[in-house]
Amino acid sequence: MTQQGVRWTADQVLALAPDAASRKAGCKLGAAGPWSEAGSSDERTVWGLCKGSGSKPYQTVVDIADAAGPAYKCSCPSRKFPCKHALGLLLLWAADDAAVPPGQAPEWAEEWAAGRRRRAEKKAGEISGAPSGSADPEAARRRAERRAERVTSGAVELEQRLADLLRGGLATAEQSGYGLWEETAARMVDAQAQGLAGRVRELGAIPSTGAGWPVRLLEECALLHLLGQGWLRRERLPDGLAATVRSRMGLPASADGPPLRDRWLVLAQYDATDPRLTTRRIWLHGADSHRTVLLLSYGAAGRAPELALPVGLALEAEVSAYPGSGQPRVALGEQFAPPAPAAIRPPGMTTSRAAARYGDALRDDPWLESVPVTLDRVVPAPDGGSWQLADADEDAALPLTPAARSRPGLWRLVALSGGAPVRVFGEYGHQGFTPLTAWPEGPGDAVALC
Amino acid sequence: MTRTSAPADAPGADVWEGLVTTALLGTDRRTPPGTAPGPDAPAALLDAAAVETVRRRAGRRPARAAERPQPAPEDPRPALPPAAARRLAMLLADRPGPSGGGRRGAAPDLTELLPQWLAVANARGFAPPPQVLPALLDAARGRTDLRPAALEFAGSRALWLARLNPDWRFALRATPGGGAALPHPEDDERVQQLWQEGLFAERVALLSALHSREPAAARDLLATTWATERAEDRLMFLDSLRAGLGPDDEPFLEQALADRSRNVRATAAELLSALPGSALAARMAVRAGACVAIDHMRTAQPGGTGAEDAEPAGATKSTPTIAVEAPHECDPGMERDGVVAKAPAGRGERSWWLGQLVEAAPLATWPRRLGGRTPREIVALPVADDWQGELHAAWCRAAVRQRDAEWSRALLGEPSAPDAGGPGAVSLAERAKLLGTLDAAERAEWVAGFIAAHGLSEAFQLLGVCAVPWAAPLGRAVVDALNIARDAGSYPWSFSGVMGLAERCLDPSEASRLDALLAVPDEPENASPGAGGYWAEAFQRLVTTLRLRAAMTEELGGA
Repeated sequence: MTQQGVRWTADQVLALAPDAASRKAGCKLGAAGPWSEAGSSDERTVWGLCKGSGSKPYQTVVDIADAAGPAYKCSCPSRKFPCKHALGLLLLWAADDAAVPPGQAPEWAEEWAAGRRRRAEKKAGEISGAPSGSADPEAARRRAERRAERVTSGAVELEQRLADLLRGGLATAEQSGYGLWEETAARMVDAQAQGLAGRVRELGAIPSTGAGWPVRLLEECALLHLLGQGWLRRERLPDGLAATVRSRMGLPASADGPPLRDRWLVLAQYDATDPRLTTRRIWLHGADSHRTVLLLSYGAAGRAPELALPVGLALEAEVSAYPGSGQPRVALGEQFAPPAPAAIRPPGMTTSRAAARYGDALRDDPWLESVPVTLDRVVPAPDGGSWQLADADEDAALPLTPAARSRPGLWRLVALSGGAPVRVFGEYGHQGFTPLTAWPEGPGDAVALC
Repeated sequence: MTRTSAPADAPGADVWEGLVTTALLGTDRRTPPGTAPGPDAPAALLDAAAVETVRRRAGRRPARAAERPQPAPEDPRPALPPAAARRLAMLLADRPGPSGGGRRGAAPDLTELLPQWLAVANARGFAPPPQVLPALLDAARGRTDLRPAALEFAGSRALWLARLNPDWRFALRATPGGGAALPHPEDDERVQQLWQEGLFAERVALLSALHSREPAAARDLLATTWATERAEDRLMFLDSLRAGLGPDDEPFLEQALADRSRNVRATAAELLSALPGSALAARMAVRAGACVAIDHMRTAQPGGTGAEDAEPAGATKSTPTIAVEAPHECDPGMERDGVVAKAPAGRGERSWWLGQLVEAAPLATWPRRLGGRTPREIVALPVADDWQGELHAAWCRAAVRQRDAEWSRALLGEPSAPDAGGPGAVSLAERAKLLGTLDAAERAEWVAGFIAAHGLSEAFQLLGVCAVPWAAPLGRAVVDALNIARDAGSYPWSFSGVMGLAERCLDPSEASRLDALLAVPDEPENASPGAGGYWAEAFQRLVTTLRLRAAMTEELGGA
């Protein structure tokens, strides 16, 4: 089956346009000019970055595997469907083999396409045995090398900027404000080091976070430096840590860990939204393996991510881990039974154990913000202007993160507890504890707090 | 980070302090501890800072536990059935619904069903799942009308919660004693202490609670501090005696008639006049009686009052007529009994005084005074010299204040009477109040008759006082009237008020009778364009809402 060979004609593509204006706009984009990193895969996914008016190119991906018709996703704000970028990309793919070469889809495209395929397979009730081998391993290797070179140049540049900053003193960062960091972040995007770009962008906000900002800024600069140095010396790192560094740098990886089958309890699901992308995080707990793993699902701005797993359900399924030591992230594989209500509860621990768990996890991933933990027999207690989760039986407590204090979920947790011990799942890290789900001490369903 | 988790140990803290200081000043100005100055100094600083950062994070320990809140009291009520709990969550989640105008579509307005849901849940005595309490309190915070039922349902844990969140303070104010148990009436010491030291709201709550159980003790308690209370507090305390007012309260109220504050005097007089056996009521009966009499000699002017239908045309025999002689002055005795001497702008002084006298006089005065006639006969009598409006309005107020069903019935008249819908002597607002003194079945029947005769345009206020769910005759009358309005070709939003009421108040068992109305009818020629579709949509919403209400009640444990 050489699907790769069958490309559409321009007329077939243009027939998809919702109106004449889109057809015209799509035609304008159907040339190599604005496009970068375009490609297509054996799985009939076509992707590319289209330079728009903004600094960040639009991410466009089209799945043409489905017999029912193509599916589109684009990070542009257009409400047209398909948008001109998707049409342009398909036109480019139809017309120009060289501009849209076969290859391995980048993470953002693959994530979406894989999710679609999984559902399509489920719907059809059959598991397709399509062979998935890289079309040209040599070309893929060369591309990866080129990208690594660019990332390296980004890391070197960032090291330089950090050194400049510390030579002049952090006090100057207070005056320079966002501008400096935005520009540096843009340079990191150019270098295809998304992980660095994201961290750099956050640095800009620190000087305005109130008392103690120099401490926080130095911490983040130091961790950024650590990441840059980790990348530059990745050959000398153990495999697991090197993979963690790669993933922290924002390089694509695929979930190639061995499939792990279990009854997965949905512990929590919440979305983080930025103007371009909605990221959905779903925590699962394996009833037998006792592992807590993370599923990520993305949605274009304003659209809900596809995967939705209500808290309290359990599903019999296989998951595969992404590479990197200490990384909880997995991809959802085959599902053997649809999600169904389950009375499983994750086992809990004391606050001291939770704090130690975060410390241990930093060994594998020093950039880790938090770890998933379930606290057993804790009481939410007001602590000045803040709140903490105090052990019912010990004089120890974890403070809530500043963000968690202002969420409505806090009050659901307090109401559920009523001053009595509860079991709470959440994320604990150096900022404090973020409660996500709680169970009453007695019988009762999980209560989502996020 | 605040007082969270101490970084590992003191020497580490020193190292970190040194790094932060150097980073702030810059390595050009200060060499990082333990490194050589030069171009590599920033990297060395960052290396050391990275080590320290990870070390500090990895070394975090739990903080000391703060004082834990007292456990909330147990809620002895049974938990909600799961389906009902899910429904409640939906009703609460719908809260920030589309407000104000525009089309309402065919989907039910869940927010409006919350009061009903709470009423049923309270009647069945269920306890809420604790995690919905925040949403429930937020809903009650936004809607004062919801508060009593919401707080009753929310129970003791909500008050426990409200003490932790200033946003929900209202719950503490609205609930007797701020949620703290009121002292037992026998517990003299605590009662005295709360009365002397409590907040105003707590004192009012204490007084009301005591008055309902031991009126004498409540009066004695009030008397101990009465003279020293502020005028507005005296007013509120007096007002709290209103529920369960009895003849024994009279001496205290008489005494309050001499109060320094006019508002306190007026309230005392009002309360006394609601006690038909009181001395004040008797004094008022004498004063009012002196103003109103039957005049057998007079002939009512033709067409003067419209109340003499029985009179044969061209009859010359004299008809008994009520003659009114309003008071000529407001003497100090009247003022002491709560009559306000100064008339509002635009009203004659004498009619103003008359209204107050008649309003405060026991209604039992009138049959005696007016020749042994029944209230119905009295109301039917013509009134001379255009005094009818004033007199009947005062009787209406008296019937409401004294909760006299017979007089209310007489003043309401026949629902189908031609002037019942027009600008008659008795306004719609007064009718609504009069209806409140009748029992639920009679009220519903009267309003049903009114709607059958006059349609829906004026019925909104009257429907508001009818018991929910509407009795069968009333429900049928409303549906028929809506059907007629549709056939007349107007738009449904002219009736959106009644439609909304029907959604909330119609008996859910009527839903099946409405099915026929769901189809889009052929448009009559004179109809407003598209009205048929909108009516079908409105009826669709009505039926959906009724089904939803039936399901709600079912979920809460059967009909």
